[in-house]
Amino acid sequence: MNTFLALLIFFSMNLPDGDSLLSRIDENTFTKSRMVVASMRITGRRGVRTVRIRSYSRGDSAFVEYLAPEREKGTKMLKLGRDLWIYTPESDRTIRISGHMLRQSVAGSDLSYEDMMEEPRLRPIYRAVTTGSDSIDSRPVWVLELNARSPDVAYPKRKIWVDRERLIVLKEERFSKSGKPLKRAEVLETKWIDSRWVATRVVFRDLLKTGAGTEFVIEEIQQDISIPPALFSKASLRR
Amino acid sequence: MSAIKLALRNLRGAGVRTWLNGFALSLAFVAIIFGQGLLEGVNRQAERASIDFEFGGGQFWCEGFDPYDPLTFENAHRVLPETIAHLVESGQAVAILVVPGTVFVQGRMVPVLLKGISTPQTVLKIPTQVLADSTGDLPVLLGAQMAKKLNVNVDDYLTLQWRDKEGAFDAREARVAGIMQTSVGTIDQGQVWLPLKQLELLTGLERQATVVVLKPGVKPPPVAEGWKFYTTEFLLSDLRQMIKTKTVGQSIMFIVLFLLALLAIFDTQVFSIFRRRREIGTLIALGMTRGAVIAMFTFEGAVYGVLAALLGAIYGTPLFLYLSAYGLAMPGGNQWGFALEERMYPAWTAGLILGTTILVLITATFVSYLPTRRILKLKPTDALRGKWV
Repeated sequence: MNTFLALLIFFSMNLPDGDSLLSRIDENTFTKSRMVVASMRITGRRGVRTVRIRSYSRGDSAFVEYLAPEREKGTKMLKLGRDLWIYTPESDRTIRISGHMLRQSVAGSDLSYEDMMEEPRLRPIYRAVTTGSDSIDSRPVWVLELNARSPDVAYPKRKIWVDRERLIVLKEERFSKSGKPLKRAEVLETKWIDSRWVATRVVFRDLLKTGAGTEFVIEEIQQDISIPPALFSKASLRR
Repeated sequence: MSAIKLALRNLRGAGVRTWLNGFALSLAFVAIIFGQGLLEGVNRQAERASIDFEFGGGQFWCEGFDPYDPLTFENAHRVLPETIAHLVESGQAVAILVVPGTVFVQGRMVPVLLKGISTPQTVLKIPTQVLADSTGDLPVLLGAQMAKKLNVNVDDYLTLQWRDKEGAFDAREARVAGIMQTSVGTIDQGQVWLPLKQLELLTGLERQATVVVLKPGVKPPPVAEGWKFYTTEFLLSDLRQMIKTKTVGQSIMFIVLFLLALLAIFDTQVFSIFRRRREIGTLIALGMTRGAVIAMFTFEGAVYGVLAALLGAIYGTPLFLYLSAYGLAMPGGNQWGFALEERMYPAWTAGLILGTTILVLITATFVSYLPTRRILKLKPTDALRGKWV
């Protein structure tokens, strides 16, 4: 028993501090601004669909434009803080998405509007504890358990697997308040772009639904670029 | 008097043609009464079901709640004021907490409204006893339409997801404790009912509600701050408006049917006057006034109306009595957009039958009169020669 306790203390002492690790992950992940062209491969009950988007983000503002398929081309989304608007060219209308509508899936994918609106930095929202180490695709990882600092967070608990060397999240699970796993994200590919590691291929799964999930592939990315402030306004949705 | 006698003799003489005209008009007559009775029955049944299952003796809504605006549901809950809470505790009202959520079943995701209802209750006919009797699991009650949509049966499990009062996601497995048969679609489709106490615990919204339904006959207490009271009359107004719309559509069909029957009488009269022009000439030549001749023909037409009413009564009365007792199966059930039972029981009032009878008599008489106006211009000599104006 004493040996077991000694081993536990030994290993605990060798685990990095969760909060400081989370700060370093945020530092690596967070950029002042970015432009991304990505495709979402959505595997549903009726087959596979691919949606291409171009998104601009800066701080807690984001602007997304659908590039394909033809049916959804021209649809735009604007996120300003906690508010989200959608513009559809067919109706030429801008609709505000709020309340429980934020929980609905984006274009039938495994991601909800809420997931897309998430604050990219985890440290201000969660307290982290490093619970162990593991490996994913032969990459050594730290396993962190995250607990929300305040009760008003959509996912009160998370578990993340962080590449020890690259400080990038390779796997993530999001849990409900009662501990039920709700969402899972698995990184399939990472790239060294503009002096930082970027997850360029990620599979998101809504664990309460069946299906192969939604594969998010970054085709082009520009980081810390200058974006005209006018882009993050409602007027830009109709342009 | 002689004109009436002559008219009756002519009708008897026309034989089968008289009966056919009367029968054609009676069909329209019976169809109108049937249709109106059916709508009246639908109206009564829908109102009764809506009161029994949803509206009760009126509802208190918490401020900001709008059942037609899903965006209001997120924050539509308030602590029950003392006056209303007392009614709920004494069983004179039932509290309902509405929380938007999602059901995951067989890999599908269905947005729903989670409705917590205080149990046990006798205010509404919702069979909440199944929720009260259930122990252990999180029991839920579904409407038959909702259960069909989710493809679940009693004792099946589904996953419920919602957000608590702070906005955090939570999810739990729930067991289908019961499936209710109701014609009120607004408490069935897209809704999952569960015990109020459990929903309060799951969401952290203790002693809060969105809607409070009063038992019929209970006097509403003074409206507390943050709540609004809506009478049953107000709550039924949408349903009445919907039925009114359907009444207009059905009326057009009846008018067409009625016009066809009247056209048959009109044609008969035109043909009759043309065929009997020598007879008309003879009657005028013998000293009968044109007015009396017109009256004779008009009376003949009016008798068609009486005949239609009598014939209609002969085969309509047993038909209506049968339908009142056994109802009429309606395909589609409650998919009509309002509380429609799968079996409809038409309801006929004395006013409806009397009104329709008078309408048939007046219009049949008027339609019979129209072709006779030509008699005014008729010269007896021409008529005797078989010439027509």
